[in-house]
Amino acid sequence: MTGQRLFDKVWDRHVVASPEGEPVLLYIDLHLVHEVTSPQAFEGLDLARREVRRPDLTLATMDHDVPTIGIDKPIEDPMAAEQIARLRDNCAKHNITLHALGSVEQGIVHVIGPQLGLTQPGMTVVCGDSHTSTHGAFGALAFGIGTSEVEHVLATQTLRQAKPAAMAVNVTGELPSGCTAKDLALGIIRTLGTGGGVGSVIEYRGPAIRALSMEGRMTVCNMSIEGGARAGMISPDDTTFAFLEGRKYSPTGADWEGALDLWRSLATDPDAKFDHEITVDAAALRPAVTWGTNPAQSVSIDDVVPDPAGFATPALQQLAERALTYMDLKPGIAIRDIAVDTVFIGSCTNGRLEDLRQAADVVRGRKVHPRVRALVVPGSGRVKEAAEAEGLDKHFIDAGFEWRSAGCSMCLGMNGDILAPGERSASTSNRNFEGRQGPGGRTHLVSPAVAAATAVAGHFSAPGDL
Amino acid sequence: MAGVQQISGRAVALNRRDVDTDQIIPAAWLKLVGRTGFADGLFSAWRSDPSFVLNQPGANQAKILVSGANFGCGSSREHAVWALQDYGFRAVVAPSFADIFRNNCVNSGVVPARVSEEASGRLFATLAADPQAETVVDVAARTVAIPSAGLSELFELDGFAQWQLLEGLDDIALSLRHGTSIEEYEADRPNWLPKVKTL
Repeated sequence: MTGQRLFDKVWDRHVVASPEGEPVLLYIDLHLVHEVTSPQAFEGLDLARREVRRPDLTLATMDHDVPTIGIDKPIEDPMAAEQIARLRDNCAKHNITLHALGSVEQGIVHVIGPQLGLTQPGMTVVCGDSHTSTHGAFGALAFGIGTSEVEHVLATQTLRQAKPAAMAVNVTGELPSGCTAKDLALGIIRTLGTGGGVGSVIEYRGPAIRALSMEGRMTVCNMSIEGGARAGMISPDDTTFAFLEGRKYSPTGADWEGALDLWRSLATDPDAKFDHEITVDAAALRPAVTWGTNPAQSVSIDDVVPDPAGFATPALQQLAERALTYMDLKPGIAIRDIAVDTVFIGSCTNGRLEDLRQAADVVRGRKVHPRVRALVVPGSGRVKEAAEAEGLDKHFIDAGFEWRSAGCSMCLGMNGDILAPGERSASTSNRNFEGRQGPGGRTHLVSPAVAAATAVAGHFSAPGDL
Repeated sequence: MAGVQQISGRAVALNRRDVDTDQIIPAAWLKLVGRTGFADGLFSAWRSDPSFVLNQPGANQAKILVSGANFGCGSSREHAVWALQDYGFRAVVAPSFADIFRNNCVNSGVVPARVSEEASGRLFATLAADPQAETVVDVAARTVAIPSAGLSELFELDGFAQWQLLEGLDDIALSLRHGTSIEEYEADRPNWLPKVKTL
């Protein structure tokens, strides 16, 4: 028998039942809930007169459409207010812990789970949000689900799942200085393509992955879905354990030792085989900037906007042409010559303390370009608090950034933090789809360091350019 | 949820790949708290272009959407399926689907019919020649056909999803049949696994 992969080990530990001819029933260790994808699930539950099976394994917060300014005032948008009120009512009714707006524990669902120590190796974690893949950084099997599945988990604490394929993304070499986990994530997706991971769970492997902090690993796993993958995972190691030790929900004492034994046993066996495998050379990467309307359409900051004719298939050529029309770009323009109107630093991809430190390092003692609107939205109340304790907020505010409260904000523009039609942003978020940050808005995905340098220069720049 | 055996009607051909859920239903529409009222939001940005396929005569009568690979990529929003459904679509035919979107379709009673790239090409060519052609998606036979052109293509759909769609099954009731297994599993879970609260 060949060895098992991390993914198999976690999967097998969670199979509740495998009825003949049906997908298996998989137990869910942690269910994260937010205001946007849950109201219809709770309504379905109530209509069928069903209860939440495990309120103790369910945690709710509000992040998608919460305001990031004036959070002590009533929410102006009546629809957002209604949705948030629904979440409060549903959590109260079903005895679910809610980290509500105004609480220091509130924040983006994928930032607060790990920060509380709720996300642990070997667990299954789901949420009605595609970026749930973030939690795979801990060696958890974590994936996004739809609202019907949210209802299913609330009622049964299980999900019906056909087992996905296992893909290895081997990252060789060392990331050059100036390159971050975000540049690596964009580089991987460029290699994989937007649909390359469909039907698969990715395991990120290799020395460049081992060298990443937990924050960096979360950034990489977060964007697995942008390559189409069901989930992304990284074997837990001492970096993982050091991050978890002493957190609110981490095991303690003898339990901690027992947990460590289990967690150490989860790594993929040396003789295990993967269904698919790709290799990315980290040493060849440079800071990345997307030029198109999907996250696979990126180049190095040193490069130019590509010519659609250079793409391999007619479908990809057509896609590139459409993207350039939407983005109002011409082939051959140097990326550094593209000016931006807005810079957004935040999101579940890059809204953690390490990201804010990287950006603050660049803006310290400098000024945001007069034409640019720049905002920093910490990923959680705790991230905001920690950043303020280090004085990062001062650097941002002195430079001319807006310093906001936690939420998804301009990543998806549900809360009123949006681009105007035709505006162009440098954004540390995860999706550059048409209209993602506001109807008609044009999004370029970058790392926090490039976003910060771009805010200062007014056009795409790396910190070394300043 | 009602079962779905066969869908016949007009098809709309949206010949592009990587159609993402932000296009299918923009985020501004996700503030609705019900499962209906999404029809006007369906592809709302693209519908401002008069040449867009949904602006062609008869498109509002269509029941089948034919599109390119990796349809429904991006966010997990089931609102994308509800928007398609609200507009009148009962099936989407494409060479591949994003995983979450595909599950959402099955759970909401919309047929995600996965055809080969070659079959997809033949369907687009046939619909380009005759946009009004009646198209038939048969869930039991797993075929998508355009009878007037003598075209019939097989599609892939796993047996469980097919059963769920044909019978309109309550997935939760099916899982609750395994209540004893769930209880046994829970009894064996390590005590140190995190609990958000003590009940």
